[in-house]
Amino acid sequence: MSTWTTHADPVAGTAPPVRPRRGVRGVQPVASLLGVLALGVCLVLSLDVVSAAVALGLELALLPLLRIPVRTLLLRTSPVLVAVPFTALSIALYGRPSGREWFDLGFAHVTDGSLTLALATALRVLAVGLPAVVLFIRADPTDLADGLAQILRLPARFVLGALAAIRMITLLGDDWRQLAMARRARGVAETGRIRRGASMAFALLVLALRRATTLAVAMESRGFGARGRRTWARPARFAGPEWAMIAVLVGIGVVAIVVAVCLGTWRA
Amino acid sequence: MTVTERAVATAGPGAAAARVAFRDWGWRYAARSEWAVRGLDLTIEPGERVAVVGPSGAGKSTLLRAVAAVLPDEPDDADDTAAATTGSVTVDGSDPATVRGRVGLVMQDPEAHTVMSRIGDDVAFGCENTGVPRPEIWERVVAALGVVGLDLPLDRSTTRLSGGQRQRLALAGVLAMRPGVLVLDEPCANLDPDGVEQVHDAVAALLDATGATMLVVEHRIGTWLDLVDRLVLLEPGGGVVASGAPDVVLEEHGAALDAAGVWVPGREPARGSARGPARAGGTGGAGVRPARAGGTGGAGNRARDRNNPLAPSATAESTQPEAVHASGTTLLVARGLATARSRRERVGSGIDLEVVAGRVLAITGPNGVGKSTLGLTLAGLIRPFAGRLDATAPLAAGIGVAPHRWTSRQLAARIGTVFQDPEHQFIAGSVAEELAVGPRSLGLPDAGDRADVLLDRLGLRHLADANPFTLSGGEQRRLAIGAVVASAPPVIVLDEPTSGQDRATWAAVAGLLGDLADTGSAVVVVTHDRDLVRALDADEVVLHTDGAVPVTREESPSRAVAQEARP
Repeated sequence: MSTWTTHADPVAGTAPPVRPRRGVRGVQPVASLLGVLALGVCLVLSLDVVSAAVALGLELALLPLLRIPVRTLLLRTSPVLVAVPFTALSIALYGRPSGREWFDLGFAHVTDGSLTLALATALRVLAVGLPAVVLFIRADPTDLADGLAQILRLPARFVLGALAAIRMITLLGDDWRQLAMARRARGVAETGRIRRGASMAFALLVLALRRATTLAVAMESRGFGARGRRTWARPARFAGPEWAMIAVLVGIGVVAIVVAVCLGTWRA
Repeated sequence: MTVTERAVATAGPGAAAARVAFRDWGWRYAARSEWAVRGLDLTIEPGERVAVVGPSGAGKSTLLRAVAAVLPDEPDDADDTAAATTGSVTVDGSDPATVRGRVGLVMQDPEAHTVMSRIGDDVAFGCENTGVPRPEIWERVVAALGVVGLDLPLDRSTTRLSGGQRQRLALAGVLAMRPGVLVLDEPCANLDPDGVEQVHDAVAALLDATGATMLVVEHRIGTWLDLVDRLVLLEPGGGVVASGAPDVVLEEHGAALDAAGVWVPGREPARGSARGPARAGGTGGAGVRPARAGGTGGAGNRARDRNNPLAPSATAESTQPEAVHASGTTLLVARGLATARSRRERVGSGIDLEVVAGRVLAITGPNGVGKSTLGLTLAGLIRPFAGRLDATAPLAAGIGVAPHRWTSRQLAARIGTVFQDPEHQFIAGSVAEELAVGPRSLGLPDAGDRADVLLDRLGLRHLADANPFTLSGGEQRRLAIGAVVASAPPVIVLDEPTSGQDRATWAAVAGLLGDLADTGSAVVVVTHDRDLVRALDADEVVLHTDGAVPVTREESPSRAVAQEARP
C-alpha cells in the first residue's frame, strides 16, 4: 500500500501553492533588479539636470501605482533622502568650478557650474535610488532567490546559502536584545561601554557560528549540495509582467535621454 | 506483526526501509585526542525502531550524525590533528554520503533547522535537492504535512511556529524525501509537554506511513518507549552494554541507566526531593549560596552562614538590600500586570502574583502565553505593559519600587536572572572570572573568594581557566546559575533552567535551586518541567492569555514529612 496516493490531494497537490500576488507586487524581483540596473546605466550617461529631473518626475508620477503607505515610503527611502543633501553639498563645494563665483573659501569654491552639477547629481541619486528602494520594499527574498538561480542561473549553493543567511538575521537581532538584557541583569550595563560591546559582539559571533553550523547540518541532511540535478519547487516566471517592468524602467531612462537631447542639455 | 512484515507491508514506492550497520566503527573529531565513539558494532534491521541511550560523552549524537552523513570534517590519515575514523557505517550496504535523502535527520534545536521562510517551501527543500520533479514535490509536501498533522497554509511564515510545530515541520520535510531511515537526535529536548506529544504522534504517524527504520536518542526516553522495538545502552566510548526489548533492558539495567543520566519512566523525583530536610545526599546540606549573613530571620539553617568566610564586610555598598530575608517575606508584588516584548505585542495580562523569600514560584503554561516575557518582566528587564510590578520595602531598600527603573547595579544587587541560553549571559574570558564578575560589579570586596567557593560547589574547579563558551551544555548551565548566585541577590529568576539536560545536570540544577530557596532566596522558575516543579515543591501559577491561575497543590506524603521535619 502506498500512503502517498491515499494522502495526496489531487487538486491542491499537483500545483505549487498559488500566492495571491497581483499587479506590480507579483513581478519576479529579478525583473525589477535588471530594470533598475538598466535605468541606472541610462542615467549615468549624461550629467545634466534635465534628464535626471525628467526621470525622477516620471517615477514620482508612477509611484502611486505601487500603493505604498507614505510612512513606509519615507522610512525605507530615508537612507537615500539623507545621502542626497550631503552628496549635493560636497559637489557644490568641491565640484569643478565654472561660471559666476558665489563663495571662495580657499579650499572650496561655489560657482554656477558646481551648483548645477550638485543639483544634477542630487536628482540623479534620487532617480536611481527611489526605484531601487521602492521596488524591493516588499520583494520576497525567496522569490528573488528563485529568480537569481533559475533565470540568471547563479549557482544554487550560493543563492540558497545567502537566502538561509537572511533568515538568520532576525534571529541575531533577538540574540542581541537578549545579550543586552543579560548585561543589565548582571550589573555591568553602566560601565565599560567598549568592553561590554566587545563581549556582546564576541557572544553574538559565537551564537551566529553555532546557528550557522546547525543550519548547515540541517540543510546537508536534507540533501543540500548533493550531486545530481536540483529541481525547483517554485517556477520563476519571466513573462509579460516581467518584460513590462523592464520596459517601463528602461522607458523612463530612454525618455529622459531623448528629452535632454532635444532640449540640448545633454552632456556626455 | 514482526519488524520485517511491517517493513514490507508499508513500504511505499522508493521508500523501502533501510538497514543500518556499524562494523567496529569509530570516530574522532578533528583536534581531539579522545575518540567520540570506538569499536561500535550495531545492526538495525529494516523497519526496526531503536532507541539509543547512554551517558553524556557516549557519542550518541556522533553515531546519529554518521548515519545521516553530516559529521564535520573529512578524515585524513596523514594528518594527526584531522578527524579520524575506523571500521564502517553503512546504510543498505552503502556509504551514507552516497545515499543522501535515504536518511532523514531531525535535531534538537527547532529554531536553528528551519531552512526556508514559508512552510510549503521548507518541506519542499529536501525534494528539490534530490531532484524530485516539480508536480510531484507539491504532492509530497501536501501529503507529508497531512501525516504530521500540521494543518496550516503552505505560504504561512515559519517564523511564528511553536517548538512542537517546528519539529513537526522538520519531520514533514524529512518525510517528503521518503526516507528509509528516520534519525531523531533529542527532538523533544526543548519542547513543552504539549509539543512532546505532538512530535511523538507525528513520528508515530510517519512510521506508520513509511515503515521506515528509526533511530532515536533522547534523555527522557519514556516518550518513545511505546514506539521502539529495542533499547540500546551505550557506555562512554561507544561500546554496547545492553541491547534488547525495552522492558527487559529497563528491568535488568535500571541502575546503569540511572547512572547514565537516563530518565527511566517510573523513577521521577518525589515532591520536595530537592528541598531542605527532605533531601538526602545531592549537593549536600552545605548550601550553594555564598550568602551574606545577618538576614532579619534567624532560621536555624542559616546559622552556618555566620561562620562563612564569605560573609559581608562592613565595606559592602550600603544601599545593598539584605541578601537573605526571613522566609515568608514578600519581595515582589504583581497586580493586574500585563507584559509585552515591544510596545505593540502584548502577550500576557491580568497577572496577580507575589514573589516570596524562601519559596519557589514556578510559572508554567502552554507555549506562547508569555512565560518568558513574564519572567523577564519580574526580573526588571522589561517594562510592564500595564498594571503594577512593585518591589516591597525589604527588597527595594531605599530606592524606587519599580524594578525596571533601577540602574543595572541596583538591579543586580536585588534580582538575578539566569537566561534560557547560558551563552547570552557570559561576559568573562574564564569560568573563574565569570563567577567573580557579578560580585565585583557590586563592589563586594570578596569577589575572588566567592568565585573560589562556587568553583568547588559547582564542580567546575578543573575548568576554572576555560572559556565559558567552550563548556558542555550541562557545565554552562551550572556556571550560568553560579554566576548569578555569586552576587547573592534576594530574588533569582530562571528561564527554563532544566530544558534539554540529562538527569545528572538536572539533579545538580534542582539541587542548587532547592538550596537557594532553603537559605531564604526567592526563586522564580519559568518552566514546563513537571519534575522540577515537583522536586522543588514549588508554588505554581499557570499562565493563560488572560491571567495567571495559582495551582492548589495536593499535599503529597513527602511534603508532609518534610514539614514535620522542619524546625
